[in-house]
Amino acid sequence: MAGAVPLTLTVNGVETARMVAPRTTLADFLRTDLELTATHVGCEMGACGACLVLLDGVPVHSCLVFAVQAQGQRVETVEGLVASGALAPLQQAFHERNALQCGFCTPGMLVNAHALITKGTVPDREEIRDAISGNYCRCTGYEAIVDAIEAAARKLNGEGAE
Amino acid sequence: MKARAFAYARPSSLAEAHAAFDGADGDASYISGGQSLVPALAMRLQAPQVLIDLSAIPEMRGIQLEGESLRIGGLTRHAETLTEPLIRAHAPLLAAAAPFVAHPAIRNRGTVGGSVALADPASEFPAMMLAMGAEMEISGASGLRRVPADDYFQDLYQTAMVPGEILVALHVPAAGPRHVWAFDEMARRRGDYAMVGGGVLAERDGAVIANPRIALFSVGPTPVRARNAEAEIAGKALDADAIAAAQRALDADIDPLDDAEIPAAMRRHLARVLLGRLLRKLETC
Ligand SMILES: Cc1cc2nc3c(=O)[nH]c(=O)nc-3n(C[C@H](O)[C@H](O)[C@H](O)COP(=O)(O)OP(=O)(O)OC[C@H]3O[C@@H](n4cnc5c(N)ncnc54)[C@H](O)[C@@H]3O)c2cc1C
Ligand code: FES
Ligand code: FES
Repeated sequence: MAGAVPLTLTVNGVETARMVAPRTTLADFLRTDLELTATHVGCEMGACGACLVLLDGVPVHSCLVFAVQAQGQRVETVEGLVASGALAPLQQAFHERNALQCGFCTPGMLVNAHALITKGTVPDREEIRDAISGNYCRCTGYEAIVDAIEAAARKLNGEGAE
Repeated sequence: MKARAFAYARPSSLAEAHAAFDGADGDASYISGGQSLVPALAMRLQAPQVLIDLSAIPEMRGIQLEGESLRIGGLTRHAETLTEPLIRAHAPLLAAAAPFVAHPAIRNRGTVGGSVALADPASEFPAMMLAMGAEMEISGASGLRRVPADDYFQDLYQTAMVPGEILVALHVPAAGPRHVWAFDEMARRRGDYAMVGGGVLAERDGAVIANPRIALFSVGPTPVRARNAEAEIAGKALDADAIAAAQRALDADIDPLDDAEIPAAMRRHLARVLLGRLLRKLETC
């Protein structure tokens, strides 16, 4: 790999070291080098939100970060969040409310929704819509997604599901 | 769409950053949050040999009150402007504008310095620098210099900075209890760039407005101070007559171009409506 540089970062709790070309985006690094393909790539320009991951705990577009910029940082992908059980309430709510059809947008929705509902308060529907305003879904019409996030937030923050 | 191959440097001082830029004979780009630059690289609108990451330069970090002014490090993320108590207290227009900048995940990454360096005429923060009367702290060949916002924005994406210079920090005159402010914009969808937007900062003594600064964006090649409109409200109470006079005067302040989506006449109309909303908000502050 011409011009590759060493990169060390923590991915889903695992310290990871690789050689990487500086032009490789974090999204491509995760999908191609680490074979973590739950992170989807749609537009590669920050518009669709399919590629969201947590970088040092906050959602960012992995298509708008070069892997080398994440040196020494913590990345969590949908794979890691599923394995740790962090997404369980959202997964269940998305399933119950049919908040996905083709599923292309779902990883990005889950990452954003997770960050929103773990802030400790139950967001209202306006806040939910604002939080996912950068996530495109071409199938569901969003209503079911907002419902599912609201239900998961209530459950997580102890207000009962309905 | 992938960026062309480049070498990557993460200097830990301004001097090293300038040396990296000069070492590439200027065929280099600085990167802060990357939220505008990475798409430009992916589309190959830019294809530098070297990418210089500014994220490890200590002088560009942090927010401090220095006497009468607030120093905001260039690397301050958009998201921090929403939550930082010093910004909420002393640069309230920045905090008021922040929810309108892009989407939450982009705000987690994009920086105030990157936005003001880019100087997109449709962006919120550059215009708020004008409204707040900020000064830009710029590092270049001859060390640090300061440029007032009124002299900083020169043409489309063109600022007082020359290639290789670095926007280190923003110095904002600290607002206090006598200040009132308002921000608003009109966009087709949440998070989209505005069709027209603006902010106002002024002092108020009883009912009378003093030293108003009105800055609009998405109305021409640079953010614009509405000096004629300001003159109509300075030293007056913000009654319906004063607001109407300011709206009339605004026509001479802006020179929007026709574009494929929004004719110039529509932008003029929206700017007038927006100014009315801003001034009525100011009145009830
Ligand atoms: C989908 C989407 C929607 C968006 N919507 C909006 C919006 O509504 N409003 C808005 O204002 N912005 C919007 N943005 C842009 C976003 O706010 C960017 O974060 C911001 O414009 C640039 O900041 P940055 O730190 O990401 O800069 P970068 O992308 O890193 O850099 C931008 C430019 O400035 C140069 N540069 C960066 N830092 C410095 C510095 N300190 N000194 C000198 N040069 C420097 C770079 O070389 C580059 O040319 C949007 C972006 C996306 C992807
Ligand atoms: S692939 Fe990153 S936002 Fe679309
Ligand atoms: S479920 Fe198909 S894009 Fe959202």
